[in-house]
Formats: sequence, C-alpha cells, structure tokens
Amino acid sequence: MAIRERLSGNEAIAFAMKQINPDVMGAFPITPSTEIPQYFAAYVDNGEVDTEFIAVESEHSAMSTCIGAQAAGARAVSATSSCGLCYMTEMLYIAASDRLPITLAVSCRALSGPININNDHSDAMGVRDAGWIMLFAETNQEAYDNFLQAMRIGEAVNLPVMICQDGFITSHAIENIELVETDKVKEFVGEWHPEHYLLKKGESMSVGAYATPVYYMETKRSQAQAMIDAKDVIKKVGAEFGEMTGRSYGLIEKYMMDDAEEAIIIIGSSAGTAKEAINELRAQGKKVGLIKVRSFHPFPAEEIVDALKNVKAFATMDKDDSFNGHCGPMHAEVSAALCAAREFGPMGINYIYGLGGRDVKVESIEKVFAELEKIAATGELGETYRYLEVRE
Amino acid sequence: MAYNLKENLMQGDRLSGGHRFCAGCGSPIAIRTVLRALNPEDQAVICSATGCAEVSTFIYPYTAWKDSFIHNAFENAGATMSGVETAYRALKKRGKIDETYKFIAFGGDGGTYDIGFQSLSGAMERGHDMVYVCYDNEAYMNTGIQRSSSTPMFADTTTTPQGKVIPGKQQNKKDLTKIMVAHGIPYVAQSTFISNFKDLSEKAHKAIYTPGAAFLNVMAPCPRGWRYPSEKMMEVTKAAVETCVWPLYEVIEGKYTLNYRPKDKRPVEEYLKMQGRFAHMFKPGNEWMIEEVQKHIDQKWEDLQNLAEIK
Amino acid sequence: MSKYEKNTAPDVKWQDITLAADVFEGGTAAAIETGDWRTIKPVIDWDKCKQCLLCAPACPDMSIPVGEDGKRKDFDYFFCKGCGICAKACPFGAITMVK
Repeated sequence: MAIRERLSGNEAIAFAMKQINPDVMGAFPITPSTEIPQYFAAYVDNGEVDTEFIAVESEHSAMSTCIGAQAAGARAVSATSSCGLCYMTEMLYIAASDRLPITLAVSCRALSGPININNDHSDAMGVRDAGWIMLFAETNQEAYDNFLQAMRIGEAVNLPVMICQDGFITSHAIENIELVETDKVKEFVGEWHPEHYLLKKGESMSVGAYATPVYYMETKRSQAQAMIDAKDVIKKVGAEFGEMTGRSYGLIEKYMMDDAEEAIIIIGSSAGTAKEAINELRAQGKKVGLIKVRSFHPFPAEEIVDALKNVKAFATMDKDDSFNGHCGPMHAEVSAALCAAREFGPMGINYIYGLGGRDVKVESIEKVFAELEKIAATGELGETYRYLEVRE
Repeated sequence: MAYNLKENLMQGDRLSGGHRFCAGCGSPIAIRTVLRALNPEDQAVICSATGCAEVSTFIYPYTAWKDSFIHNAFENAGATMSGVETAYRALKKRGKIDETYKFIAFGGDGGTYDIGFQSLSGAMERGHDMVYVCYDNEAYMNTGIQRSSSTPMFADTTTTPQGKVIPGKQQNKKDLTKIMVAHGIPYVAQSTFISNFKDLSEKAHKAIYTPGAAFLNVMAPCPRGWRYPSEKMMEVTKAAVETCVWPLYEVIEGKYTLNYRPKDKRPVEEYLKMQGRFAHMFKPGNEWMIEEVQKHIDQKWEDLQNLAEIK
Repeated sequence: MSKYEKNTAPDVKWQDITLAADVFEGGTAAAIETGDWRTIKPVIDWDKCKQCLLCAPACPDMSIPVGEDGKRKDFDYFFCKGCGICAKACPFGAITMVK
C-alpha cells in the first residue's frame, strides 16, 4: 500500500536516503541541493537513521570522504549542485575508476559565470565524461524512484550513480508523491557485499595505484564495459521496481511517439511542459511526440534511433551549451547514435534552451514544433545550432 | 612500557622493501618508524596523498604496504582518511567489523601544508580518530623540487632559484605544527630521526593511541633536493635539532612540552653548510642571509621555550 | 605464486585485470630487486659490530633485518640501494661502503 505524501524533490531524496539508511553521508551545502543534507542531518540528530554524517569542509572533500568510505566497505551518499559538482570533478573521475558504487543526488543548477542559482544542466553535463551512470528525473516522484534504484544499479556493475533533478523547479516545488514503505525499500535495495574492501578481515587491499602505460588502458576498457553492461541492469532494475510499485522505468520514456512525424528529445522537468504542448498540438491534429531521456549515461543510442525511425524532423533540446560552435552535448550523442545506425532519414536540429533558469513555456515548445513542421515540409534544416527564447 | 629499540625492531616492518623511493630518502624511514608504533595485533588502514610516498609505494601491481592502503589524490589525504575512519565507525556500530583498526594518513609538505591544507584542517577540526603524519622534506620533491610553504628562507628550489636578483625563497617556513595546535586536537608533535629513534617512535605511538585527531610533523630530509650526500641523513637531522632549526616538542591537550633542549645550541650555519640548497648563503657578501636566518631561528626557539614554560 | 599473478601480469587482457587496478594482497613490492640500483654496498665487520642496532631503524629499505634473537643479521642485498646511511650511523665503524 503506497504512502501518499506531498514533498519537494529535495525532501523526497532525503526521505529516500532515510529509508535506505546508508552507512555514511559526506556532504557540503550548495544551493539548491542544500536542503538534502539539512533534512538528513535532522534525521541523524533525531536518531531516525544511524548513518554517520560527515559535515565536510568542501565538495571536493565530500566526494573524497565518500570514496574513502565506500572503498572501506560502507555505502556512501552525497548531494550537490553546480559549482560543487564542478569542484568535485577530480574526485568523480576517481570514484568511477576506483569502481565504487557511490550514490550522488544532484539538484541541477547552472555553472558560473555569471553566477546563477537557477536550473540548467550545465553542471551534470560538465562532468559527463567522468564515468558515472547518470539518471535524470522529470518530477519529484521520478527523483525519489531513481534514488531508490540507484544502489541496485551501481552495485551490479561497480560504477557510481548520479541521480539528477532540476534545481528549484522540482527540488523545491511541493507536489504529490507516492512513497514506498520502508520495509519494501530495504528489501528492494538489499545490502552491499563487496568482494574486496579496505576493512575486510584477513585481507589487505591497496586502492589507487599508479598505473603505467602498460596497464592504464586495460583498466579503462574494463570501466567502459561496465557502462555498456549498465544498460541492461537499468532496464532490469526498472522493471523490478515496476513490479513493486506499478511504476516501471527504462532508459527513455516515449510520449506519443508511435505515429509522430515531428519529435523532440529532452531531459528533465521541461519534458512535463513539453507534454502539455504536445497535448495541445495533438488536439489540433498534429502528429507530434517526445522522447524523454532518463538514462543519459549509459546513452540509450539504440532506443533513440529506434524511436526516431519514422520521424521526419526532430529537435534535441539541450539545457547546456558545449560552446563548440555547433551543438550541445545531447545533440552530439543523438547524432552519433544516428550515424552509427546509418539512420539518415530524420532531419535533426538542436535547441539550446532554459540556460540559467530561463523559463520554459508551453508556447516555447510549440514554437519548436512549428519550426520542425516547416523543416518536415520543406526538407530544409536551416540553422541547426539554435538558441530558444533568447532576446535578440 | 619503556621504549626498547631491539623489541621495536623485532616486530618487523609493515612497509616492505622493493619500494621505489630514492636511495637514502627520509620518507620511508619516517613511514616505517611510524608503522612500527602500531601494536602488532591492531589492523590499520593507511592513506597517502599523491607525492613521493604514493608513487614510490604503489606502482601497479606492486604495493609496499602490508596493511590496507588507499591513495586518492594529492590534496585529500585528510578527507579520504576521514571517510575510511567514518566507515569503520559506521560498520562497527552495525556489527559488521570486530577488529580494532587504526588510521594513519601520510602526506608530504606539498599535500599537507599547501594543496592538502584545507582537507587536513577539516579532518582535524572534525576530530576523526586518526593520525596525520607529514613527512616534511621542505619542497614539492616528487615533481622536481619546487618550493612549498614549508621551504625555509633562502632555500634554492626550482621555483625559487637563487638568482642574481632574488637569492632563493623569500618567506620563512610556515609553522604548520602551531596551526595544528590551534585546531585544539589532543596530540600534536614535531619529530625527526635521532639516535635510536625513541623520539619518533614514542610520539607515533602516542599519536596513534590518543583517541581523536593527532598530527605528527616529521622532518624527512631529501638528499636530492637538499643536496647532501645521502649517507649523511642522521648528521643532517641531528644538526637540525642541535641548532634548534627543528625543535623536538609535543603539545598534549594544548600544553607544550619541549622534549629536547640542546645543552650546547649550535649556530645555524652548521646546519646550513651541510646542504647545497643553502650553498649560495656562504658566498662573500651574503653573511646577512645567515644572520637573518639565525635571528629567525633564535626568535622561534625563544617563543617555543616560553610556550613550554606556561603553566 | 600470487593468486592474482594472471590478473596483474604485464600482458593481462582487459577482461582479466584486477577490478579498478586494485591489488588484493599486501607487500607485493617485495618482489622488486631494488638492490640492482646500487653502485656501492655496505659490508659489515662482525668483530666491530656491538649489536647496538642504531643502523637498523635508519635504513630506508628495510635492508637490515633483526632476528628473533634480537640481533641484526647481514644486509638484505636484494633491496639495499647502497645509500650509506647505515655506515655513517654506526658509532663503531663496523660498516664500510665498498664498490
């Protein structure tokens, strides 16, 4: 029997952490994820969890303590945003290469500069090469559900997992949510039993080697395989979660894609806004749909190519610019996927949108679909690298 | 129990030979001495910051550490060890660990005084039950002898070369030991290699077995960077102590104890002249440099004696 | 032979290398003969040696083993890098550095 509640995205994450009751949390505050360690510290100090909470002195140290703790054999969690995620970048790479299934909640916020506390995906996208599994949520429900699945996923492939939601938009907005009973959570998440850990009785272990060119590449190839293997694990855990709660998860969500002629590919809360736009356009008879990317890494290349097969024109919506002069991060990956599949039918453009918390309105998405309709009709792409809702 | 060199050595070492430290390096001498201060029945997890110690002790697949060991990055031995120590408490509380573990982090002066300073301060301030040992060789030796805040005045390093216009480092050595005392941790000590190693061994034992955070600053000369013949290690450390350049002292619960007062305090040039990094100070016309260093050492020695006398 | 010999050999395939390039045993460096770095080596004169043991803790390379009888044994030339610290540390001139 699910528990009906009304929580913000941050509260939901903190509640998920509480239900899991991890061994260690090492965290540092930064807007807008600050509330997560705050709620959790209250749980700790009121004896509602027996997690050891380390109020570290920086985000770099937050991830450092998580690495030390997880390598020692403990489940470690943390939460951060924006510059904090950026500051711990060095550590993110090491968490992944040390193959430690740490869980990190990110309330996504724009990177400086200029300094800005509102949502976009530049923080998460900025660390996309660090080797973490990256799951994005549209709603507080998805953030909660993703966090509950994170450890099952990460521990199966020995990779750390980043659970992302949109800062302020979902992290601070209170919405209805269905919580899973704690005993069910504990049964689903289970316990972690690593084969090797620093505190293992009767065995010494050395972590963090200097690897010469003789060995470095083999460890990286092994790491790459884990990310490839993660795709099936994410699907499997998502299906199992569905059996428990009625909410199944995969790598992507397709909305009205079956006969869609124009489509957008999008991550996060703006997918909700876009669904509204699609509903309105469908009522007008337009065949439009969206693909919401839940698992950004591992990238659902095949699933996206398959969903776009019969689409005439699509737009990848990037809430981050790579400043490479031609496209944002997700459009690059979508294009690579289409190229690998030799799928050159669908015509694709890229919109950089919502930077620094620029509001994403239903009308804005309808504008995108109007452009796609034109492209489908004329066969002319026009500019492929576009900015949405910038004053010019 | 009184220190006995023979019994101490008979325990054997928890660091193996076959490491890649330079011949005559002070760091493995510090490390092995500290590790022998562990009770043999206790387990330990060691952390090392990136630096001479890390690259010399763990080149895949060869590890010189017999205990469990973690290297993470250059600036975070303090934070990494905090995480391991916290995991130990968490897992012990939950009945998953039944052995006694001690936690010892090693960092060079680079990873301790400078880039690692923030994470060290955080670890000490939070009071994790761990020891942080700095093997202080007074420069970023692993990357080729660049100055650190620990480098003494006028020392020739690759980023403070003794040049025609500027004669070496222009700042005095940062007093990290006092900064650690200011953190209010239960045990802080300064030591080096003297005689039968009683000073370092006893301090290491106290640091390890005092509950809470402890900090040990160990002068660990580098024959390459300090430019002296490697065999003179014990003469260099002795001179450092006899000239009061590196006093041996402890601060227990904030109370200073001077462990050794030289009956015949030697002039600082006896220490300086042993090392090529100070050779330019002996050129005619540079006497003022030696005088300045002497004045500085004398002042610090007097301050330390005053602190030790405070009731 | 180490249980992990196959997983850490220089020709190891990526499928077999130890997870995260971790090492699951202590002290594997003991296989490395750093003794071949030497250009000079210490030699002990047992007549002069008083077993004061002041040389032993000063060795960076664990090359002066002390036995169960509490007495220092001959140098472990497998590791000894010939740094000469022991020769200078000896108060009795019992150690000489030779080519």
